[in-house]
Amino acid sequence: MQRTKNQKAWFLVLPVFLLVAFSAIIPLMTVVNYSVQDSFGNNEFFWVGSEWFVEVLNSDRLHDAFGRQLMFSGIILAIEIPLGIWIALKMPKKGWAVSVCLVLMALPLLIPWNVVGTIWQIFAREDIGLLGHTLAALGVDYNYTQDTLSAWITVIVMDVWHWTSLVVLLCYAGLSSIPDAYYQAAKIDGASKWAVFRHIQLPKMKRVLTIAVLLRFMDSFMIYTEPFVVTGGGPGNATTFLSIDLVKMAIGQFDVGPAAAFSIVYFLVVLLVSWVFYTVVTASDAEDQS
Amino acid sequence: MSKLRLTPVLYIVFLMVPIYWLLTMSLKTNAEILGGFSLWPKDPTLANFRTILTDASWYSGYINSTIYVVLNTIISITVALPAAYAFSRYRFLGDKHLFFWLLSNRMAPPAVFVLPFFQLYSSIGLFDTHIAVALAHCLFNVPLAVWILEGFMSGVPKEIDETAQIDGYSFPAFFTRIFMPLIASGIGVAAFFCFMFSWVELLIARTLTSVDAKPIAAVMTRTVSASGLDWGVLAAAGVLTIVPGAIVIWFVRNHIAKGFALGRV
Repeated sequence: MQRTKNQKAWFLVLPVFLLVAFSAIIPLMTVVNYSVQDSFGNNEFFWVGSEWFVEVLNSDRLHDAFGRQLMFSGIILAIEIPLGIWIALKMPKKGWAVSVCLVLMALPLLIPWNVVGTIWQIFAREDIGLLGHTLAALGVDYNYTQDTLSAWITVIVMDVWHWTSLVVLLCYAGLSSIPDAYYQAAKIDGASKWAVFRHIQLPKMKRVLTIAVLLRFMDSFMIYTEPFVVTGGGPGNATTFLSIDLVKMAIGQFDVGPAAAFSIVYFLVVLLVSWVFYTVVTASDAEDQS
Repeated sequence: MSKLRLTPVLYIVFLMVPIYWLLTMSLKTNAEILGGFSLWPKDPTLANFRTILTDASWYSGYINSTIYVVLNTIISITVALPAAYAFSRYRFLGDKHLFFWLLSNRMAPPAVFVLPFFQLYSSIGLFDTHIAVALAHCLFNVPLAVWILEGFMSGVPKEIDETAQIDGYSFPAFFTRIFMPLIASGIGVAAFFCFMFSWVELLIARTLTSVDAKPIAAVMTRTVSASGLDWGVLAAAGVLTIVPGAIVIWFVRNHIAKGFALGRV
């Protein structure tokens, strides 16, 4: 759409600007403030410059948490994206079944995150959970509170359970925008299923898939509540992701300085990814309009 | 017409089994849960639900959550509507940067904001109030609402604005009487998403409250350790948190995918 130049539009944006500035800029300034100071209590602060940043960037703790975080995000993307596309392709096309599928599939997305954690914590317990009990009966050595591998599998399956539907819904929306004529043309040409997928369905899903990948990447990158409820970051530090580590540092140990420096590094990483996201999406918007 | 297909059915079964397990547990007594293993409750009881609905320390959690979620939804939509209109219709100084800055707040990890939020709202005397949580949740809901609404508004042809102007409508009259009904489904979807993301969030809501505005999610985590584990009540509380989402989702089922695509399908 051709947009006209009008500086008065700022007045329409002003309430949003003030509101978000209040909840974003002031807290961020606090964080910056803490990240360059040290305190021995009594509200006395000392300028320490970049000390916390050096300490945090060189700490094994952050490196480990960052590594775990990347591995987690990588694994869930590798599972959820192909699985989501596949399920979206197999969805019914019309009738009451569509509504039923959409509503049931969207249900996990609307469950409070700590309840998602609670559901899986109960479900995977050996004594009272269906999954844990079944696995134990089958003789599988599985205990998510003791064993690192079990804990990881639990957290990943939980995330797949929680969020694959998002990918399905997005892909389904992309697929349903393809006119029937495309499929008929492909049929006349004798195109294989793979060719239809590769040259008709995948290009049509490109935009929603970009959104899906980036939303999933970003939300998994700041995951906190679900793994915290299930494993509490354990066993040991095995499932301590970045947010869990940060909250532990800031609230648990009250290491405000390093936690603030950690926050800023974390935020910059997210900001970088958001910028890529924004650029990709606006570029494809522009492409569509031309 | 539509025949059942194996893949979606299997996937839905995978989604439903853990929820089913929560539901059966909520209908069992604690003794039955810990006493033995059974696939369905032998003697279904509503006692767990009764406990929650009659004990103020439990049900006030639902009331608190509902209050701040509704407040947040109203604030977010109210401020986002004019802003989304500005972004979809006009170019102005710094519009692209502003839009990106808004978006980056949607992507900000809540963990980063926990401590500063706590200090900010404590210092202005809003700690443990519903409005504090509602305002804090605006951090990620306002950008989301702006983006979804902008997507829907860009689908409305600009000629409508111009025709209304020629017909002598003032801007507020045009906006409320003509424009808003045109994007009603967009407003519905945006409201749904604000509702949803505010409802599912725990970290910030828990940090900003202690007694008077404590959300149900926090009640659940704190009551767990109080008198030993009452699995049945915990499961019942979980089931009750799923209900509001399950109800509202039915109304937006045809638009939900478009909303998740931020109005851009």
